[in-house]
Amino acid sequence: MSPQGRPEGEYRRAQHEGSPVSEVLLDVRGLEASYGATRALFGIDLQVAAGSITALLGANGAGKTTTLRALCGLIRRKGQVTLAGQRIDGMATEEIVRLGVAHVPDGRGTFTGLTTEENLRMGASTRRDRAGVHADFERFYEYFPRLKERRHQQAGTLSGGEQQMLAIARALMLRPRLLLMDEPSFGLAPLMVQDIFRIMRRIREEQNVAILLVEQNAALALELADTAYLLETGHVVLSGPATTVRSNDAIRTAYLGAVEAAA
Amino acid sequence: MSAHGHSNALIPERAARRLGPVSMRRRGFIAAGLLVACVLPFMLPSYMLFQLTMVMAYALALLGLNLLTGFNGQISLGHGAFFALGAYAAAMLIELAGWPYWATLPAAALLGGVVGYLFGRPALKLDGVYLALATFALGVVTPQLLKYKGLEPWTGGSQGIVLDKPDAPFGLPLNADQWLYFFGLAVVLLMFLVAHNLLRGAIGQSLIAVRDHPIAAEAMGIDKARVKSITFGISALYTSVGGALSAVAVQFVAPDSFTVFLSISLLVGAVVGGLSSLSGALYGAVFIQFVPAFAEQVSKAAPWAVYGAILLVLMLVWPTGVAGGVARLQSWITSRSTS
Amino acid sequence: MNAFVSQLLAGLATGGIYASLALALVVIYRSTHHVNFAQGEMAMFATFITALLIEAGWPYWAAFFATLVIAFAMGAVIEALLIRRLRTAPVLSIVVVFVALLVILHSLAGWLFGYAIRPFPSPFAETSWYGGSLLSPHQVGAIAVTFLMLALVYVFFRFSPLGLCMRATAENPVSSRLVGVRVNRMLALGWGLAGAIGAVAGMMIAPVVFLDVHMMSGVLLYAFAAAVLGGIGSAPGAVAGGFIVGVLENMLGTYVVGPELKLSVALVLIIGVLVVRPDGLFGKAVVVRV
Repeated sequence: MSPQGRPEGEYRRAQHEGSPVSEVLLDVRGLEASYGATRALFGIDLQVAAGSITALLGANGAGKTTTLRALCGLIRRKGQVTLAGQRIDGMATEEIVRLGVAHVPDGRGTFTGLTTEENLRMGASTRRDRAGVHADFERFYEYFPRLKERRHQQAGTLSGGEQQMLAIARALMLRPRLLLMDEPSFGLAPLMVQDIFRIMRRIREEQNVAILLVEQNAALALELADTAYLLETGHVVLSGPATTVRSNDAIRTAYLGAVEAAA
Repeated sequence: MSAHGHSNALIPERAARRLGPVSMRRRGFIAAGLLVACVLPFMLPSYMLFQLTMVMAYALALLGLNLLTGFNGQISLGHGAFFALGAYAAAMLIELAGWPYWATLPAAALLGGVVGYLFGRPALKLDGVYLALATFALGVVTPQLLKYKGLEPWTGGSQGIVLDKPDAPFGLPLNADQWLYFFGLAVVLLMFLVAHNLLRGAIGQSLIAVRDHPIAAEAMGIDKARVKSITFGISALYTSVGGALSAVAVQFVAPDSFTVFLSISLLVGAVVGGLSSLSGALYGAVFIQFVPAFAEQVSKAAPWAVYGAILLVLMLVWPTGVAGGVARLQSWITSRSTS
Repeated sequence: MNAFVSQLLAGLATGGIYASLALALVVIYRSTHHVNFAQGEMAMFATFITALLIEAGWPYWAAFFATLVIAFAMGAVIEALLIRRLRTAPVLSIVVVFVALLVILHSLAGWLFGYAIRPFPSPFAETSWYGGSLLSPHQVGAIAVTFLMLALVYVFFRFSPLGLCMRATAENPVSSRLVGVRVNRMLALGWGLAGAIGAVAGMMIAPVVFLDVHMMSGVLLYAFAAAVLGGIGSAPGAVAGGFIVGVLENMLGTYVVGPELKLSVALVLIIGVLVVRPDGLFGKAVVVRV
């Protein structure tokens, strides 16, 4: 049984209503993960279509960050994870990345001791096409003019928002097929957050990158996303097209604070 | 760089908690051990008594190192310097000032404590690897300092100082080795007791708190700097007393006995015996006294290869050392007997 | 005055050797953020290998470059087998392992090569055009080699993509993985490079002090002092530090404290610099905005 007493089947149906059938890029079945002896994920199923934005929502501790880490191989995991038909659940992080999966981690993970430009260059470190890398530099300096201003500055001295932009740009330098983003709005001023979300829209349009977005700010995420999943203590409890999820009672309850007795 | 913040396999969890009162069972073990120790001198030949006395000297030295590294988390690769300090202090007081041998131990303690505290004050700014580096330098430099021509009239330069073995006092029916053994035993008992009470008291809790949760400790008003330098002082004090005892037992001090490899031996002994454990000092001392002698029969290079290999094995497989193994055995015995 | 100048130059010459070993320390630090207590023994071991090759009839430069390759491989293997497991270990365990490595290499060398002191040839012939009354050809050559290695290391870390990857890996291995860097290879590479550089340092010093298992213990301390003085993350800093330490050691040793206490200069330097100015003269502190 799911929250609010609705039978499971209705959720599954909701997932396919209204969205065009597109190629599934990331297919996750039964993903389990643990930190040492503590289990954090108990069998997550999710799918990300190519070129789409998928939101992963939930409260603190629901397992959103854990899911992203598990997908990248940063923590111990079990289950089936397929990227464009290829199994990646047993692979090392750097090999998964080389298949075109870029991760913007929570905490941003910038190389604080390197300069802005060196950070970006690290993002492109696995690429061989010099001309393409050069073009991307130009492009991302255009998306993020502040970064261009600070290109030779030590990355640790950038503000939070700038570091977030840097982290995103660095991930994009990989020319990934799939971008995993962990709480890009965290700790940022609202104006900065709007900036970043605008850029994400632009990225999706111009580059056809699939994005799996973890966000605590559900409203913002649902505005941007095509599909959404709601996690609760390591389980998926709700999924479907963003519009459907947005109008769902469970979400309203969780984020508006109204307590409703379960049927 | 900080030494804190990771769970430390070499320092077992239970030691991080309060050092409790000694259980009845434990007291029984210790009493039995003491009984055996008192009987041994009448059963063993002199040279073995000498070796056991050296074990006591090393045990004191290792206790000092344990206090610093195990209980307070500061790494020292230079404790041989304090051992040398005590040894030379004893030798010089006996040879040049005519002091009785037993009085040199308190003097060595005082000297070690003061020098250790003074060294600890600037050193306390250093953490982890950098402290290891600074103490490593101290350990390397020690023989040079001892050979310094300017100090030769006192230190005997490269030749060192030769001492006489003290006889049993009050006309007791013991030979010199037996007497020295009992003397050492008394000193060891006293100092272990003091250490035990120290660790259970406020100072001990501060030591451990600073090791495990330095920020919280500071927030609670513990003066981290003072604790660290006091610990250094106490640690050097113990090691210095060990050095003094060893000088009296060996009847000889010379610079080349106190190279950096002595410091490394002490580290090996502490790790093997089990850091964060008083009994570990004893096990470690037995190890560093007897293992090289056996290993040397294989080849001259062997003792150090053995040390190195054992260190690696301990690191990878058995981090809590002999004391940890004994503790596990004890709890296994206890669980068997209560089931 | 002439004596003063010759002492100064002699200090520079030994300083060059400290600088070389300090370079190896810096390379390991830059690539793994570890302080390698066993660097001296690794260098000593490699030098013995060269000596054996030369004794077996190999020409000097052939033995030299073969040793570089072997020392590189040794460093990489040590990293892969031992140091890699220390990734998440507490500091104490790390230090213990390094000390164990020091001890094992020392005893292994003693067992394999014996404890006798042996002479070691210099590639810089006595009658060369460089060098003269103040500095021998070997001293000049050693200093030149030091600068050459410094240039290579500096350029490598600062300008090459591989050097950038190594710096990033040392600073943040997780983030490096997230951009696709094969972190294990970077670490092994760093150790290999350091092994090779250390071997060169060993081969420069052996002709002067003769080759034996204790050759590097004093040098290691001076190299540490040099690296600390210059900033353990900075290659040019370490080299500058090396020269300064060499000169200080010689000058203080000759005019102030006497030859026996020279090593104490290193001790005082190490503690003094670490306490007063931990980043060294040229190390740059990394600013992290919270």
